[in-house]
Amino acid sequence: MNAEHPNQPGFLAIELDGAGWDGADIARAVLAAESAGFHAATFTDAPAPGRVNAVQRAAFAGPLTRTIALVPEADTVYTEPFHISTQLASLDYVSGGRAGWIATAAEDPEAAAAVGRSSVTGSALGQEAAASIEVSRRLWDSWEDDAVIRDVATGRYIDVDKLHYADFETPAGFPGPGYSVKGPSIIPRPLQGQLPVLVPASLLGEVPVDALDGVLVSAPTPELLAVEVRDVRARLGAAVAVIAELDVVLDSRGQAAASRDTNFDGGRAAFAGSAASLTDFLAALLTEADGVRLHPASLFVDLEELGRLVLPELRRRGALRPVLRDGTFRDLLGLERPASRYAPAAAPAGAGK
Amino acid sequence: MTQHTRAKSDASTPEEFRPSGQIQFGVFFQGVNSGTIWKAPESGSQTDFESFRRIAQTAERGLFAAFFLGEGLRLREHLGRPHALDVVGRPDAQTMLAALASVTTNIGLVATQNTTYNDPADLAHRLASLDLISGGRAAWNIVTTDNAWTGANFRRGGYLDHADRYKHAEAFVETAKRIWDSWDTPDGPGRRVRHEGQHYTVDVAPRLPRSAQYRPVLFQAGDSPEGRNFAARQADVIFSAHPKFDDAVAFRKDLVERSVAAGRGANAVQIMPASEFILARTSAEAAEKKEWVRSLQIGPQQAVAYLEQFWGRQLSAYDPDGPLPEIDPVVEETSETRGSGFHGAKARQLADQWRAEAKDKGLSIRQFVTSKTARIDSTFTGSYTAVADQLAEYARVGAVDGFNISPWLIPTGLDDIVNHLVPELQERGVYPTEYRGATLRDHLGLETPVRTADVAVAAVRT
Repeated sequence: MNAEHPNQPGFLAIELDGAGWDGADIARAVLAAESAGFHAATFTDAPAPGRVNAVQRAAFAGPLTRTIALVPEADTVYTEPFHISTQLASLDYVSGGRAGWIATAAEDPEAAAAVGRSSVTGSALGQEAAASIEVSRRLWDSWEDDAVIRDVATGRYIDVDKLHYADFETPAGFPGPGYSVKGPSIIPRPLQGQLPVLVPASLLGEVPVDALDGVLVSAPTPELLAVEVRDVRARLGAAVAVIAELDVVLDSRGQAAASRDTNFDGGRAAFAGSAASLTDFLAALLTEADGVRLHPASLFVDLEELGRLVLPELRRRGALRPVLRDGTFRDLLGLERPASRYAPAAAPAGAGK
Repeated sequence: MTQHTRAKSDASTPEEFRPSGQIQFGVFFQGVNSGTIWKAPESGSQTDFESFRRIAQTAERGLFAAFFLGEGLRLREHLGRPHALDVVGRPDAQTMLAALASVTTNIGLVATQNTTYNDPADLAHRLASLDLISGGRAAWNIVTTDNAWTGANFRRGGYLDHADRYKHAEAFVETAKRIWDSWDTPDGPGRRVRHEGQHYTVDVAPRLPRSAQYRPVLFQAGDSPEGRNFAARQADVIFSAHPKFDDAVAFRKDLVERSVAAGRGANAVQIMPASEFILARTSAEAAEKKEWVRSLQIGPQQAVAYLEQFWGRQLSAYDPDGPLPEIDPVVEETSETRGSGFHGAKARQLADQWRAEAKDKGLSIRQFVTSKTARIDSTFTGSYTAVADQLAEYARVGAVDGFNISPWLIPTGLDDIVNHLVPELQERGVYPTEYRGATLRDHLGLETPVRTADVAVAAVRT
C-alpha cells in the first residue's frame, strides 16, 4: 500500500447518515454518492432518534447500486455475534460482494440498558470487539467455498466434510460474561470469502492487527490528521488500510462554509472552506492515507458540491483509484480473496486431487 | 387510501364471523427443507440474490400479499454431523428483505424471528427499521424455541424451559409492541419502555416513528393450544398447518372462538395455511407432475436418512425399495437436531407403529417416507380450473384468508401459479385484481392497531 507505493491513488468514502428512514431518501443518497464517484458508502448505527438499522440501509442500497462499496457499522458489545455474522454475510450476497463492516464498541450506557446489561467500558470494549470479530471470521470460513456440491448420484446437496464448527470460546480473563459460539454458519461463505473489517483506531491494541483490514483514524484538527495517519501507519505497517476521518462543510449555494450550521461534535478533524481548497487538502492527505472518509455537514448539500467540484478534480489529478466495476470491496482495498482457514492446504503441484 | 373493511373488533360473538369471500397468497421461500427440489436441471441457486428477486417479483406480479423468509439459528444435523441431503444455507431474513424492499413496491415482507435467541429491544428496532424502509410492508412471523442445542450459537446458551416458551414469547411481543408505540405522536408524548421480566430487562428510549402501517403486522405459526391462544391474543395472522378443507373449517371455528374469548372479536385474526401447488392444464398432467415432484423431493438417500433420524443409527444397509428395518431404534427420544418437527417422539413405539403401518399398506421405505414427509395434506394437485374451483369454495365459506405457498422449485416455482391459477381465481371473483393500498396491512384488510397504552389492562396478558 502507500507505505510502499507512496504515489498510489487513494479512495474516498462518504458517511450517509442524515438520509432518513424512508427508502426513497436512502436510495437518493446512495445513488448520489455512487454517481459522484465515491468508492464506498458507510452507514453509522449508533442509537439516535430516527436512525434505522445500518445493515438494513446498506442492504436496501445493494440491488440499487453497481460500484460503490456498502459498509455499515455494527456494534460488537451488545449484539449477538452469530446474528451479526449472518447479517453481514447476507449483505455481501445482496450487494454482489461489495460489503464491509465497521466493527464498533463504544461506551454507551443507553445501549447497555436496552439489553439489560451493565455498561462496558475501557479496554473491555476492545476485547468484546475482538471476540465478535473472531466469531464472524470463523463463521465466514465455516463453509468452504465448494461446500455446496449438489451431487445427484449420492443424493448429497452439501459435502459435510467441507463444513466446520467454529467452536469459539471467549478467552480466559474475558472481562464480561463469557460465551461460546458453536457454528457452522447458516449461510454459505460470503462472496468475498471474508468481508473487510474496519475499526476505529481507539480499538487498536485490544483487537489484533491481523484481524483487521482497515483502521479509521481521527485527529482534533485537519493539520494533525496527516501526522496521526503517519503514526498509525508506522504502528500497523502496510497490511492494514489507514483511513482518515474528516468532517466537511463547504461553501455552497452562495453561503460561506463558516456561516453554515453544523452538528460536528469536535471528535473529528473538521474542514470548512471552498471546494477548491478541500481538493488540495485531500490530494495531499491521500498521499499519506489509503483513503479518506468524509462526514458531510449536510448530506445532500455537501454531496452535490463534492460530486460536482471535488471528486472530478481529484480524479483528474490522478489522486483517486478507479471505482469498482463488477469488483468487490476487497478488490478496492487491494486484498486477495483468502482461502478458508479450515480448508486443507492446497495440494502440491502434480499431487493430483 | 386504507379500506379496512373486515376486521371489526366489535364482532363480539363467534356468530359474527364474516367470510371475506376472498383469498390472498403469500410465498414462503424455504431455504432449508426437503420440499425444495435441487436435483432438477432447472433448480436454481438457494442463496444468490437473483433467486430471491425473481421469486419476489413474480409474486408481486401475481398480487401476492406477502413474501416470507424463515430464520436459521443452527444448521440441522443428522447423526451428529450437518445434514447433507436437503437444500441448506440461507440468508438472514431481515437483511434479505431490506434488499428486496428496494426492488419491489407493494408486496409484504415477512421475517420469521425467534423470541428466544433475539433480544426484544434489538429485534423491535430492526423490525421497525424494515417497516420504515419498506414504506409499511414489514411483518414478523413469531416463533419460539427452547432447546439448548440451538442456544450453543448464542451468548446465553440454552436458558428457557419448554413449558415457559409462550409465556416468555408473549412478554417479548408485548414489549416489542410497547417499543413501537413509544415514539412521540399527536396522541401522546414519547416515553421510555421499561420491562423487567424473569429472562431479560429492557430500558429503552423511543428511537423510531410509526410506519405507514402503524407497526409491523404480526404472524404466528404455533399450533398447540397454547400457540393458538397466543395467536388469538397477539397476532394479526396465523400461519397455520391446516389447509385441508374440513380441517381448515374446524381450525377457523376454533380460532374464532379463541379470538372472541381473548376479547378481540370474531374477525380479528386471519388464517393462512402452509401449502404446496402442483398444477397443469389437465388433472392427468398434474398427477404425472406430482409423481415427478415427489421422486425428486424424497430420493432413496433421503428416505433412509429420514428413518435414521428416528432410529438414531445408520441404516444405509437397508434397501430404500424394501421394507422398513426390523432392527430397533437405539435412542429413547428423537432429538431436535433436524428441526422442531422431529423433536421428542418416542422412538421405539413409533418404529413399531410405522412397521405395522407400512406392512399393512405394502409400502417400501421410500414410499412410506414419501407418505410421511411430502406435504400430503397441504398439497393442491389438479388442473388450474379444478384447483381454482376448490379455492373458491374456501373463500366462499371463509375457511381461510389465504394460502402461504412453498414453491418446490427455485426460482421458477411460482410462474404457473401466477400465470394460470391467479387469472382463474380473479375470474371467479375471489382474488384481488389490484393491491388495495400501499401497506401490508392494507393488502390484508387489517384494522390499524390500538395504541398499547390505550388497551384496557384486562385485555393485555403480561
